[in-house]
Amino acid sequence: MKAVGIILAGGKKSSMGDLASHRNVAAMPVGGAYRAVDFTLSNFSHSGIKKVALITQFNTRSLFDHISSSKWWNFGRKTSGLYIFTPHMLNSDSLSFRGTADSIFQNIAFLKKSNEPYVVITSAEQVVSIDYTDVIKYHEEKGSDITMVCKDLGEADVRDYGVVSLDHNSRMLEFEEKPLFPQQSTISLGTYVIGRQLLIDLLEEVHCEGRFDFVLDILVRYRKKLVVNAYMFEGYWRTIKDVPEFYKLNMDFLNADVRNEIFEANGPVYTKPKDDPPVKYSSTCHVTNSILNGGDIINGTVENSVIFRDVFVGEGAIVKNSVIMEGCTIGNGAVVENMILDKVVSVGEGQQLIGDPENIGVIAKRSIV
Amino acid sequence: MERKEMIAMLLAGGQGSRLGILTQQIAKPAVMFGGKYRIIDFPLSNCINSGIDTVGVLTQYEPLVLTKHIGIGVPWDLDLNYGGVSTLSPFVTGNQGEWYSGTANAIYQNIKFIDSYQPEYVLILSGDHVYKMDYSEMLDYHKEKGASATIAVMEVPWEVANQFGIMNTDDNKKIVGFEEKPANPQSNLASMGIYIFNWKELRQALIEDNEIHNDSDFGMHIIPSFLNGGEEVFAYPFDSYWKDIGTIEAYWTANMELAYVVPEFNLYDNFWQIYTNSDNYGPQFVGTEADVNHSLVSKGCQVEGTVENCILSPNVKIAKGAVVKNSIIMENSVVEEGCVLDRCIISEKTTIGRNVRIGEGEDIINENKPKVYNSGISVIGMNTVVPDNVVIGKNCEVGGHTTAEHYENGHLPSGKSLIVEGGTL
Repeated sequence: MKAVGIILAGGKKSSMGDLASHRNVAAMPVGGAYRAVDFTLSNFSHSGIKKVALITQFNTRSLFDHISSSKWWNFGRKTSGLYIFTPHMLNSDSLSFRGTADSIFQNIAFLKKSNEPYVVITSAEQVVSIDYTDVIKYHEEKGSDITMVCKDLGEADVRDYGVVSLDHNSRMLEFEEKPLFPQQSTISLGTYVIGRQLLIDLLEEVHCEGRFDFVLDILVRYRKKLVVNAYMFEGYWRTIKDVPEFYKLNMDFLNADVRNEIFEANGPVYTKPKDDPPVKYSSTCHVTNSILNGGDIINGTVENSVIFRDVFVGEGAIVKNSVIMEGCTIGNGAVVENMILDKVVSVGEGQQLIGDPENIGVIAKRSIV
Repeated sequence: MERKEMIAMLLAGGQGSRLGILTQQIAKPAVMFGGKYRIIDFPLSNCINSGIDTVGVLTQYEPLVLTKHIGIGVPWDLDLNYGGVSTLSPFVTGNQGEWYSGTANAIYQNIKFIDSYQPEYVLILSGDHVYKMDYSEMLDYHKEKGASATIAVMEVPWEVANQFGIMNTDDNKKIVGFEEKPANPQSNLASMGIYIFNWKELRQALIEDNEIHNDSDFGMHIIPSFLNGGEEVFAYPFDSYWKDIGTIEAYWTANMELAYVVPEFNLYDNFWQIYTNSDNYGPQFVGTEADVNHSLVSKGCQVEGTVENCILSPNVKIAKGAVVKNSIIMENSVVEEGCVLDRCIISEKTTIGRNVRIGEGEDIINENKPKVYNSGISVIGMNTVVPDNVVIGKNCEVGGHTTAEHYENGHLPSGKSLIVEGGTL
C-alpha cells in the first residue's frame, strides 16, 4: 500500500460534559453498537491501509479496552497493523504531547521506519465513510504537497470548525480556526494526505522552533511555501464536537440514506463483537422509527430513538427521541424523552425524564434515577 | 508438545434429511437457529465455555457453509497457536480414500489427529443439538466413577422412549444394557449422543471394530462392544434444555419458544454465552409504519411491515405492508411489499416477491415427502426466488429460481413441491 495512517485521538472535550468525563471521545459509543474510532479504523481497513498509528493521551482506558485486539478491523498482521502511541516518559521534556504536530514528532520513528510514500492523518471523532485511496489519487494528480479533505457545509453554522478559503483551483489560501465571523462555508474535516518524507522534514523543522500544532504551525504557516489543495468530500460527515452534535449524529442513523452510506456502500463498519442475542420484542411492545441492538428486551413503547445493546424497556414505559446507551434499564411505566442516557443508567418505575428538543438532557454513566 | 487432557471431536457431517429443503444445500449443523446462530454454535460454544480448547470438526455432507462459518475459529476464541479448531474432511491416503461411513468410522479415520495431542480423554459430540452443557462437570463425573466411557443421558417421556437409544442402568448409574429404539423400553434414559471415552480404550475399540464393521458406529457397535467387553460405562444424567431438532415441526417449535417471555432456553445469559460468526451488519431498524410483536430480530434487519411471533436472522428485510406471522426468516432474505406469510420457514438469501401469500389453504400433507412436510408449515429453500403475486399453500416446499410460469394460475396448492434449477450459493 502507498500510505500509512495516523489517527489523532488525543484531545479532551469539555464540550461533551459528563459523556467524556470518563472516556476519550474516540471511545464514545455511537450508533447503537459502535465506538467512534470504529468508523476511522474501518475506513483505513477498507482503503487497504494496513499500518496505522493511533496517538492518544487522555482517558484511554475504555479506548484501549475496545482496541485491545486489533483483529476485528483486519489489523494485527506480522508486518503491519495497529500501533498505539501514548506519551512516553523517557525524556523530561516529553511528559505529554504538547500539540498534534508534537504528538506525531514524538513518534517520528514510526514514520522513519516505514517506506510507504504517503501518510493519511485523521481523527477518531467522526462518522464518515471515505475511501482514502481516492484522496491519495487526487493528491498525486494535483501534485500537491498536502491534501486537505474539505466539505462545503452550505448554510450551516461553521463557527466551530476550521474554515478555509480556496482559489479557483482548490488551493488553500487562508485557514481560520473557529472564526467569529466566517466568510466561507467550506471547512476542513481534519483529514490530510502528505508525503511521508515531507512530513518528517516539517515535523523536525517546527520542533526546532518550539512549535507543536499541525494546523497552525504546519498547514497555515507553510500555506504559501507549500501547495495545500482541498479534496472536496460530498458524502455524509459529522463529528462529535459537543452534545447537540452527538445527539444529531446518532439520530442521523434513523435515515435510510445515511445508514446505507455508512454501513453498506463502502463495506461494513467493523467493531469488537459482543455476542449479544437477538432483540426480543414482547407482545406488549410498540416500536417505530428506531434502531435497536443485540440483547435488548423491549416491552414498552420506543419511538424515534437509538437504543444501544442490552437495554431493557419495561412494560408501559415510553422512550421517545432519545439515545439510550448500553446496559440501561427503563423501568415499567417510566417516560424518557429528548434525553441521552449514558451506559448502565437505571430509570426507576414510573420516573419521568423529559428533556427539551432544543436542549437534550444527559444522564451520566451508572446513574440511578 | 504439551498434552491436552481432553479434546473434542464434533460430528458435523450429517445431512439431517428430515429437515427437507432446509438441508438441501447445507449440513444440518450449519442450519440457522434462534435468529443469528447456526446449530453448531451451541456445541462449539459449550466446548470453549467448558475449557476445551481443541476441537476437531468432522465434515462431509455439503461442508461449504459450515467450513466458512467456522473459519479458523475466531468467534469462539478457538484460533490458537496449539489446539483450537480444525475441520477434518474425509481424505485420500496412499492411492485410496474413503468417505466417513459411520460415526465411529469418522473418528477411526482421524486417529492420527487425536494422537497428535496425546489426550487422556476424548469427548464425542454431535453438531446437531441445541443445548448448554458444562462438559468439564461431565469429565469430573467420568473420573469420579472411574469409567472407561460415560454417556450423557436425559429422561424422555416413556411414550417416546422407543424413538431413542435407551440406557438401562443400575442404582449407581452404571449402564448394564443398551437398546437402540427398543419396542418395549426398560428405561426412559435416552442417549444424547455425547460421550466421554478414555482415549486409550476407545482407540483400541475403534481399531478392532474397523476389522469387523466397515461402517463402524458408536450406538450400533462401539458402545455395545464396551458393554460386552465388561468395561465400566456410566450414564451422566442431564436434566436441562436439550433439543435434537430432527423435524421441520420440531425446528419451528424450538425457534418459536425462544420468543417466550421466560423461555426454557435462555440466550440472555452472560455467563454461558453462545458465540457465532456474525457478519458486520449495521444496526437493526424498525420503520415508521412497522409493527413488531413477540419476536426475535437480529442485526442488520430492516423491518417496515408487520412482524408477529417470528424469528428473524441477520439482515432480513421486511418491506412496507408485508405481514409476516408465526414464521422463521433466515439471513439475507427479503420479503417484499404486500406479502402475507403465515407458518413458514424462509431459508437464507431468498427473495419473496411482492404480494406473495404463503401458508394459505387446506392442511394437506406433502405428496412427495409426507414424512417431512406434514405440520402445515411451508418451507422455502436457500437462494430461492418466489415471483410476485403467487399464492403458496401449506406443507409446500419451494426451491430455486422460480418464475410465474412455474405456478399454475399463480398458485402452488397445499402439499405440493416445486424445485427448479437456479439456486446457487
